[in-house]
Order: sequence, then structure tokens, then C-alpha cells
Amino acid sequence: MRTAVVAFPGSNCEHDVVRAIEGLGGEAALVWHRETDLSGFDGVVLPGGFAHGDALRTGAIARFSPIMDAVISAAEEGKPVLGICNGFQILCEAGLLPGALIANRELAFICRYVEVEVVDTDSILTRQARSGQVLRIPLNSYEGNWIDPSGTGRVLMRYVSDPNGSSGRAAAVGNEAGNVVGIMPHPERATDLLLGSEDGKTLLDGFLHSLTAA
Amino acid sequence: MTVAAPVHQLLGMTDAEYESVVGILGREPEPAELAMYSVMWSEHCSYKSSRKHLRRFPTEAPWVVVGPGENAGVVDLGDGWLAALRIESHNHPSFVEPYQGAATGVGGILRDVFTMGARPIALWDQIRFGPLDNPKNRYLLNGVVSGIAGYGNAVGVPTIGGDIEFDPGYEGNPLVNVMCLGIMRREQLVLGTAGTPGTIAVLLGNATGRDGIGGASVLASASFDEESGTKRPSVQVGDPFGEKKLIEACLELYEKNLVVGVQDLGAAGLSCATSEPAGRAGVGMDVDLDRVHTRESGMTAPELLMSESQERMMAFVSPENVTEVLAIARHWEIESAVVGTVREGGTLTITHQGRTVAEIPAASLADNAPIYDRPSARPDWLDNVKTRPDPDLTGYQPAQLLEMLLDDPAIGSSAWIHEQYDHMLFLNTVVGPGADASLLRINGTTKGLAASTDGNGRLCFLDPRVGGARLVYEAALNVAVTGARPLAVVDNLNFGNPEKPEVMWQFIESVEGISQACEALGIPVIGGNVSFYNETDGVDINPTPVVGLLGLADPMPTNPPRLSRAEEGMELWVVGPRVSGSLAGSAIQRVLGEANGGAPTPPDPETGLRVVELAAQIAHLAPVLHDISDGGLAIAATEIAIASGVGLVIETEHPFCEDPHRFLIAARPGSMDLPDDLAQKVGVFGGNEITINGSAIAVAEATDLYRNALPRRMA
Repeated sequence: MRTAVVAFPGSNCEHDVVRAIEGLGGEAALVWHRETDLSGFDGVVLPGGFAHGDALRTGAIARFSPIMDAVISAAEEGKPVLGICNGFQILCEAGLLPGALIANRELAFICRYVEVEVVDTDSILTRQARSGQVLRIPLNSYEGNWIDPSGTGRVLMRYVSDPNGSSGRAAAVGNEAGNVVGIMPHPERATDLLLGSEDGKTLLDGFLHSLTAA
Repeated sequence: MTVAAPVHQLLGMTDAEYESVVGILGREPEPAELAMYSVMWSEHCSYKSSRKHLRRFPTEAPWVVVGPGENAGVVDLGDGWLAALRIESHNHPSFVEPYQGAATGVGGILRDVFTMGARPIALWDQIRFGPLDNPKNRYLLNGVVSGIAGYGNAVGVPTIGGDIEFDPGYEGNPLVNVMCLGIMRREQLVLGTAGTPGTIAVLLGNATGRDGIGGASVLASASFDEESGTKRPSVQVGDPFGEKKLIEACLELYEKNLVVGVQDLGAAGLSCATSEPAGRAGVGMDVDLDRVHTRESGMTAPELLMSESQERMMAFVSPENVTEVLAIARHWEIESAVVGTVREGGTLTITHQGRTVAEIPAASLADNAPIYDRPSARPDWLDNVKTRPDPDLTGYQPAQLLEMLLDDPAIGSSAWIHEQYDHMLFLNTVVGPGADASLLRINGTTKGLAASTDGNGRLCFLDPRVGGARLVYEAALNVAVTGARPLAVVDNLNFGNPEKPEVMWQFIESVEGISQACEALGIPVIGGNVSFYNETDGVDINPTPVVGLLGLADPMPTNPPRLSRAEEGMELWVVGPRVSGSLAGSAIQRVLGEANGGAPTPPDPETGLRVVELAAQIAHLAPVLHDISDGGLAIAATEIAIASGVGLVIETEHPFCEDPHRFLIAARPGSMDLPDDLAQKVGVFGGNEITINGSAIAVAEATDLYRNALPRRMA
């Protein structure tokens, strides 16, 4: 079971995601954004960072990277597709998730631990968590404020206390099938108690278990 | 009618310096040549006022791999790992345009580190502003923090520590110093050398424009260009995305061993990136400016040579590897151009539009730069300042004084700043911002790297030698309380106008103090930066040397001390020499509104070394260790109480004294074996109040003041 971690120019969390997945016993490989084939992989992670320098709008250029057709195909095939932070933004731009991410309410970058409550466990990310479970995970974004004019977004996790103005305090959002998930906090940064928390393991474990199931 | 000054004067060169150029060349310089000498012989590039004194620094130790003079210092961490460290200022640009000034400061220091072959893994920022009751200073602080965040976060290097101070002296001249740490495997080390004849110079990264070339514009409009002075220098604009791609491309070049040497393009741009590597290698070079990729048309040769466009790097490549190097640049989507060839002899020959615009001895730009022995004199006002009496605290309850300190934006929580920085990327930040030192683990090893940056302009104003030395001891103790032992120092020397003998004296004394402390601790200075002319309307800033100190914990404590690990029933111990009670230059003196004054307590080298060693050992056992500095024992203890959410009862002499070489321990009774002559029990944790010598404040109230000190002023 292999996970593709897509690296765009400007991505910066790709190595951390690979390290976290490997730490959980999974297998992951970096795939450059100019590649066009993901058939050898059982799931995809779009990691955090600043793909294409966030030019124009976060995710707006990444959406046109050559790899994205394969990401969309993987999503359509029901493979687990997880976007973390900038990856979440890219999934919204690509139309795989509803809504968009705009600047934080206070117009400042936020890097700190936040508490998020799991409210829907029927997804590749939250399947190992309990409904109502509160996880402590670092948030690290400027455009983390999710808006969903369509009202179709399925909120999987909510901030316990609103840090950025996100609609419905949404921290993680899924598509209807639950195989495409975007999360704004970084589960890969919460995989080691020495660094402050290992609550993200529950989520990444869920993702890795979904690979087997798909 | 106005009479124009000679061009060399407009470029900031003295008549004597100009004559020296004529002497080297044996003729009058061409415009491009004059441009190159003017930037390379500037204070910023040549260290002409400071070089003589910088030789005082101890620079050698068995673990030094690269000392001062290269782009960054490099030390050996054992088992094939090396660390690269460098600090630099971007003070004036940050005053003119705070966001871009700070952002490009970050970009520049990163290049200094990855030029050496290392991946940059962490940044620290030392920033100084005028008081926040002036909206201009709030604007500057906001802009600088946003700029550091905007660049550092996007380029993907965490900012994991730093420090802030406010003083009226920085009103018209804020300080922005940024330190960068990188790590690498030994085989990846690259130097700024042009290699041997035949080596090809490849310019990588962003295109060259007319950024930051005030001097060249003067040159162009003064007499050498038909177009008159419409070419206003543009502000340098940072492009973290360009830098991120450049980092990844360069690291791949190093990994595949495709470069002979590398030099970044910062101050003095192409002038520096051609002449310095050639000079170091004792070779010459042919450079064709028509090959340089530009983003503006019609750039003159002096402009091309002086441009400080960001995110550029010069790689020196063996001819057989050029194709692969260009392919790697294409992969990472950065531009590249073959611009030169290394030649025998020492002549740097530069052509532009088919004509030779410069033909000069490459090494002369660096080696023949003027060295000044500027006059120095102890300021005659110093005696009056040093004999000022300490503030009288008898009319205050300790809790009252504590409240004033907690509400001070330099002492209160820095979360408003560091939560705007990504400080967690790379999954290595074991102890992050807000602690004495930040502690990083080195992935795949048992080693940890701790670093601290410290500056104290108030102490250095009162006694630059004592102040300089105490910075080193404080930084050393800061890393020691994480379990690390001091390894090396870099310094950023921020001073006023060196043409004033008093400023020169402050500079020389600070260098002496830093040197003495480094010698006592057995650590080398492996690099640094000098920033002079920090003055506004003739008033100089407080002398503000900033010391960045790197420590190695090998092994790293399995459960390093943290401020948040104190619990009810634990005891508070202070370790260090008996306090003098002096409040000279202290935070309490400042928040009481009294003039900076008094004679700061000098360091005690023997005790200083012993305390550092003791802290590094105890860090493997104690749940909480905390260095005592600004605000004295009272603030250090209160920070533990706030972080741990537990009260504390303290009985101690002089709770606000900031004497050096002291740290606090919180631990279970009887769990520590401490030396009787240095350790003293001063308190017990419990309850929900902080009580100092019988005067109490609720932990909740202290927390509120501490957390809001900065945000409430920036709201």
C-alpha cells in the first residue's frame, strides 16, 4: 500500500508527511507535480506549503499542475485523497471539495496548537476517531478561513474555539463519499509527544487503513 | 548652476580610496570598475572600520570546520554532521520599508547558509524598536514581523526563536538581525571558491534588475549615461518562492557533487560573486554581462555589476557537468545562465556589448580594501551615567513591581510575534520560541542543537565590555538549560557612527568583552556581521551587539526541561553566585521610568563556566530549568508559574536584580544533588498565587498581564 505525496514547487511539508507516514509503518513516496501517472499508488496526499508561491490565489496555479488530472482520477476511483493545509486549498480550487479558503479573520498568519473536535467519523481521515473526540493539532496558515457559499460541504472536524473565522468552525471537510478530505491543521506535526502531541496519529492511521480498504 | 561632486564621492568613496584604485590599476578606472570598487570597498562589504578589531575574536577550536570570512561559519557535530551558522542585519532597509526590508533580510541570511552546502533548518530574529506608544513604531513592528513571517513561512524554514527590546534610541533606526542555522553531511560542504582555470560560472535563480543600486544610478546619471537621472533605485522585493526553488536546486547540486564552489549574490551582487571566489582561489575570470538574464532592458554594465536583485546564486562548475547543472535548474523551474569562465592569472575581465568594461585584479577588490584605524575615546559622559544610584524600590510591594514588569511588551509573552511564524516545520522543534533557547533534534541521531540569540543595548551602553561579555554568558546558559554545551558564537555588531571616537570605543570594548567571555568558555567566534551608522539626526543607538550561540546536546535529554513542567509540591532552587543587588541597566529600572544608569555587575569567568556546565548536566534530570535575566529571579520564577499554571511562594533577596550566571530549578524535594556553595532553595510551588517576600498576585492575573502586554498595544 503506497501513498503518493505530491510535491509542487513551493511545497514544504512533503518530507514531514512522508516521515510521519513512515513512522506509522506506512509507505510513501514523493511525486513531482509534473508527473501525470498515479496508478502505482493507493492513495494521495497533497501536503502543506506554498505551491507555486501562492501566486494569484492559494492553490490557483497548482490546480493546473500536470499531476492534477491523475489526482482527480484517483478521487473518482474512490482512492483516499487527503489535502493538508495548502493541499486543502488546492483540493477546493480543483473542485474536489466545495468552498474556498480565504485569509484569516485577523489577517495574520497563525502557527499554534488548536483543539479540534471530530464531528463525523465517516471519512478516510476520521474513521479511527470517536465522534466528539478532541484532538490537539498545530494550525499553520494564513488562508485557513473556509467559506462555503454552496452549503454542501461536509464538516468532519470543528475547532473547539474559532481561531480564524472558518465557516461553522470547520477544520476538516470531506466530499460526500468521504474519500476526499481537506484538513487545515497539520496532523503530521502531531505524531510525537516529544514535539508536543501525537493526536494526529489517529487521523493518519485512519488514512493508512483506508488504503487497505479501497 | 550646481557643480557636481566627483563621481567617486557620489559613490561614497573618499579621494584617498579613489587614488588607491588608480594606484592598483595604474590608470583612471572605467565606470564599471569604479562601480565595483565602490561597492566592494563600502563599509558593508569591506568591514574597513572594524576589520582591525575583529581580529581580536578567538576563532579557533578543534571542531571549527570553517571560520570567519566565508559565507557562514561551520562546526563539526560529530558522526559526519556539520552545522552552518550565520547572522546578519537588515536595519536600514527595514526602516525604509519594514515588510520587504525584513523579508529580504531573511532571504539573504538563508543564502549565506545554503551557499555552504547546508539545508537551512531554523531562523532566529532579534528585533529592536522605539516605544510602542508611537504609532510609527507599531507600524514598523507589524511590518517587520509580517515580513519575517511572509518570507520565512513561504520559503519553508521555521523561525524558532528571537528576542525583542524597545528603547527610544531605536525610534528612527530599528534593528532587524536574523540568524540562520543549517545542517549538512560533511561531504556536502561547499566553499565560495571559483576553482581551477576552465571552471564555468553559472548564474542561477532570479533575473537581474535595477534593485538596490542607488550608487549605480548616481553613476549612470552623473556623467556616464546620456539619459539623465530618471533611474531611481527600486526597493528590493523578496521572492520566497524563487528562493525556495533555488534552495532545492542547490541542495540537489551539492548532493550530486556537481559544483566546485558556490557564492551567493547579496550586497555588491555580481561584483562580489565574481571577484571574491576568484580572489579566494587565486584565479581570474572572464565574465560576459550579455549572458546575464535580466528583467529590465537597457541595463548598463555598472548597474548589472552592482544590482542587488535577490534570490541569485553563482555556481562554479566543471565543464563536463554544466549540462546536468542546467537540467537541474530546469527541473526546479529556475532560470540559469552560463556567464563566465575561470582563467589563469588573477585578472577579472568583464565584457558588455562587445567591449571590455572592466579589467582588474580580482583579489584587489577584497584584499586591497582600505583598513581604517579610526580614533576611539571613552565617552566623557560615562562616569556620570555609571554613578547614577539604583532606583529606590522601598516604596513598592514586590507584587506591584512584578505587575509592571509583566505588562512590559519586552518582558511579556512573545506569542503575538512567534505565533505568526511557522516554528514547527521539519518536525524537529523540541523546544520552540518563548523559552531560554530553542532546541532542535537532528533527525536520525540522538543529538540536539540548541541556540539562543541575545542582545542588551542598555547594559552595553553602561559598560560595553561587561555588557558584551554578559551576552555570551547569558546565551551560553540559555543553551545549557536545554542540556546543550556551547559550541560556537556568531555576532551581529550594531553600532552608531564609527567616525565618532565614542562609538568606536564602544565597539572595541564590546568586541573585547565578547572575546574574553568566549575565551573563558572555550568557544570560538565563527562569523559575524557589523552594522555601523545606526544613528538618526546625529544620535547613535545604544551599542547593541547581538550574540548568537549554538550548543550541542549529545545526547539530547530524553525529556528536556520545560517551563511548563512545574507541579504543586516541587521546590524552586536558584543556582549561581550570591547577588549584588545591583539594578544597573535592569528592566525594573526601565519600567520605573528611571534613566539607564549604574555600573553593571561584571561577569565572573570561573563561576560562569561552572554554572553552564552544571546546567547542561542537570538538564538531563530536572523537569524545569530557567535562566535568570530580564526582570531578575521574580520574572524567571513567574514565567515558570504561568507556563505550569501553578502558584509559588518565594523568599529571596533582591528579586529584581539581574546579576549574571544564575538559573532556576523546579524539582521534587530531595531529587537533585546540588553544590552547597552555589545552590539555594528559594521557594515552593503550590496554590494559585505568586507570593514574593510576602506580597502576592494571583497566577491568573499574572498570566493575563503577561499574555496581553504586547497584543493590547498592537490592537
